[in-house]
Amino acid sequence: MPDLLAFLGDPTVLIVGAGAVLLGGVAGGLGAFAVLRRQSLLGDAMAHAALPGVVVGYLVSGERSAGPILAGALVSGLAAGLAALHLSRLPRIKSDAALGVSLSLGFALGVVLLTRVQGSAGGHQAGLEAYLFGQAAATLRGDLLWLAGAVVLCTATMVVAWRPAKLTTFDREYAAASQVRVRLVDALLTGVLALTIVLGLRMVGVVLMAALVVAPAVAARQWSSSLLGMVLGGAAIGAGSALSGALISASAPGLATGPLIVVVASAVAGVALLTSRRESQRA
Amino acid sequence: MTITVAIVVTGVLAAAAASLTGAILAVRGQAMLNDAISHGVVLGIAVFYLALGGLPGPWRLVSAAVAALVTVAASEALSASKRVRADAAVALVFPAMFAAGVLLLGLFARDAHVDAHAVLLGEIGFVWLDSVSVFGASVPRAALLLALVFACDVAFYVVARRRLALAAFDPEQAHMQRQRPRLVAQLWLVLTAVTAVAAFDAVGVVLYVAFAIVPAVTGLLVATRLSAVIGVALAAAVAAAALGYPLAVRLDASIGGSMAMCTAVPLAVALLLRSVRARRLRGE
Amino acid sequence: MSAHAAVPALELSGVSVSYGQTHAITDVDLSIPQGTLAAIVGPNGAGKSSLMKAVLGLTSATGDVKVLGKRAAAGRHLVAYVPQRRSVDWDFPATVLDVVLMGLYRELRWWRRIGRGERDRAMQALAEVGMADLARRQITKLSGGQQQRVFLARALVQDADLYLLDEPLAGVDAPSEAALMATLRNLVASGRTVVAVHHDLSTLQAHFDWLAFIHRKVIAAGPLTECLTLENLRSTYGTQLLAVPAVWEATHA
Repeated sequence: MPDLLAFLGDPTVLIVGAGAVLLGGVAGGLGAFAVLRRQSLLGDAMAHAALPGVVVGYLVSGERSAGPILAGALVSGLAAGLAALHLSRLPRIKSDAALGVSLSLGFALGVVLLTRVQGSAGGHQAGLEAYLFGQAAATLRGDLLWLAGAVVLCTATMVVAWRPAKLTTFDREYAAASQVRVRLVDALLTGVLALTIVLGLRMVGVVLMAALVVAPAVAARQWSSSLLGMVLGGAAIGAGSALSGALISASAPGLATGPLIVVVASAVAGVALLTSRRESQRA
Repeated sequence: MTITVAIVVTGVLAAAAASLTGAILAVRGQAMLNDAISHGVVLGIAVFYLALGGLPGPWRLVSAAVAALVTVAASEALSASKRVRADAAVALVFPAMFAAGVLLLGLFARDAHVDAHAVLLGEIGFVWLDSVSVFGASVPRAALLLALVFACDVAFYVVARRRLALAAFDPEQAHMQRQRPRLVAQLWLVLTAVTAVAAFDAVGVVLYVAFAIVPAVTGLLVATRLSAVIGVALAAAVAAAALGYPLAVRLDASIGGSMAMCTAVPLAVALLLRSVRARRLRGE
Repeated sequence: MSAHAAVPALELSGVSVSYGQTHAITDVDLSIPQGTLAAIVGPNGAGKSSLMKAVLGLTSATGDVKVLGKRAAAGRHLVAYVPQRRSVDWDFPATVLDVVLMGLYRELRWWRRIGRGERDRAMQALAEVGMADLARRQITKLSGGQQQRVFLARALVQDADLYLLDEPLAGVDAPSEAALMATLRNLVASGRTVVAVHHDLSTLQAHFDWLAFIHRKVIAAGPLTECLTLENLRSTYGTQLLAVPAVWEATHA
């Protein structure tokens, strides 16, 4: 017991824990919208395609400072999303194929840049590698500020845009007929999703970040009777999964954080699905 | 054969096999299953490795086949339960399997070419290390395996291509003609998984997906008949693999990654062709 | 009831909608009077939904659209839209009451909470369509007819002057059909106007009093008794000549 207390009192652990709760919370909450709007795979594509931006940001800043890396990841992730959108408008190309193209080409480009930097840079690239599967222990106090700021931004956006977002997600045609600026809402929600994904890259990694958005939302859906319930439930489950995963990973240096968090979140989703009393009728 | 040739040949075979299996899935509107299967097999590899205390060649393929079927079955069951939408079901199952697989491997198998890095990126640069002698030439084992798998893929395609086409475009008709579209589809999924695992040594998980999807999309952009789509996909994939190696050498970067990135070149050409054609049509 | 009863509820002048090279509707002139239960009919691909989208401002259209004499945004505020229930994925976490309350979002600023007044209005609308006792039910558990009634209640809560419905009776069970039509007749009785894209020719005479035949343009329009002629049916449904006499029989049995 005293060991556990000492562990929890350790400032590094506190920082990691706080970061995990913030990240898991916002990812799980926004996941409700991603899942309801069928953007689960879009999140995956944006996460994988963020890798080139991460590497470029790293090169530009020369350090592991969060700002340029976040910016780079956001730009390349969003670019990939846009590319997928345009590709999917061409005949015979379905949206999942378009997403697959963005995802794999973006990631391939990232891998090429990553390995090139590793080849030349020598010592400092361990930090970059961590972006593949995430490394909770690498969370710094400075990162917390970025996370907190972004969480505030995302929450504020959702509060203001709640009703249009709810309306557009449920019934797009009706929303448009009610003079809701549907395109603007789309852009906002996609932007907020992209921001969340990019924030989580350091902790969960490029390969698995999207799962942290999907699994808590799926779990929350089994127990919720309202959209707000699904969002808050998802946030709680996301925060809890991220916290457990991050703490376990921080205490066991061999284990990457991303897989741990995803396994916890998926397990919760699995339990939720098995115990769900929900039956839905697709009319 | 020289190291360079060994690497390029392995890459080309991986590209060809991946693009063939991937193209069929893409045409059926199941492009993301490529992603799902290739991630899911990692769990299969991990489980069989632990159960058998090692993973010799044939078992690797079996583990992949089992994992692929489990991935797809689980996703479909979830979706059918009506508690999860179809795309969310896929996005839930394969990352969970992949994460579990990576964890297991990290915990219990920290040796021999199954670490996370290799799983993601492959180690094509080292395939020549494990070579066998064929007709006096030294050929990488991975290339042999890929050649065999590719041959199976081609054989199945040639035999079943009408069924595959019908199953893709008109499953009801296929069912009525007693062509067992479900069985054909499942067999094809197994082949895809086996191909994915065979390609792992060469290019790793995510890069396999590039070869499975991008050439297929390239084919779809310029052709409508299944055989033409597949022909273009194969050509695009092989070209990408061939271009990728010299590029990797120039950039001093991951070979698998460069090969995957080069699939963008045929794609760009196809997009260009399309816009030229569209402009000409509009002008007329 | 509008002070100027002569102003048409809905007036289209020279309205055309095209998507690239395809012309969905061309040069449509239509004038639907207030207080009618109007049906818009035509074969598949005739442009009925394009027409509806043009009125709602959902698609770029040339020509003039006036609702109760007002154009564009001012006019659209007077319109309530009831989309096809099939256009929505009903696997969404919400109760019946939630969905009806969504009809009020347009009027509320984002910081205004939904209070007693709003809830009462929503419950009243639900009572009108006979769904008040299902207010707390999850929408995933509704039948097709119930879904359509919820959509209608959502529109009712807007207290509009013109109601546009897209195939409101498609795939709807008999009790729901009766409830829906009763509500629509009440609306018309209180002076509102209802315009519905309708799919079933055999029920035209039973439900509607005004009719417009559309096939890329207006073939004929006017009070149902004048407009529902064999000739108009033939001109609209052209290639389906065999079906027309059967419908005629059914309508005039």
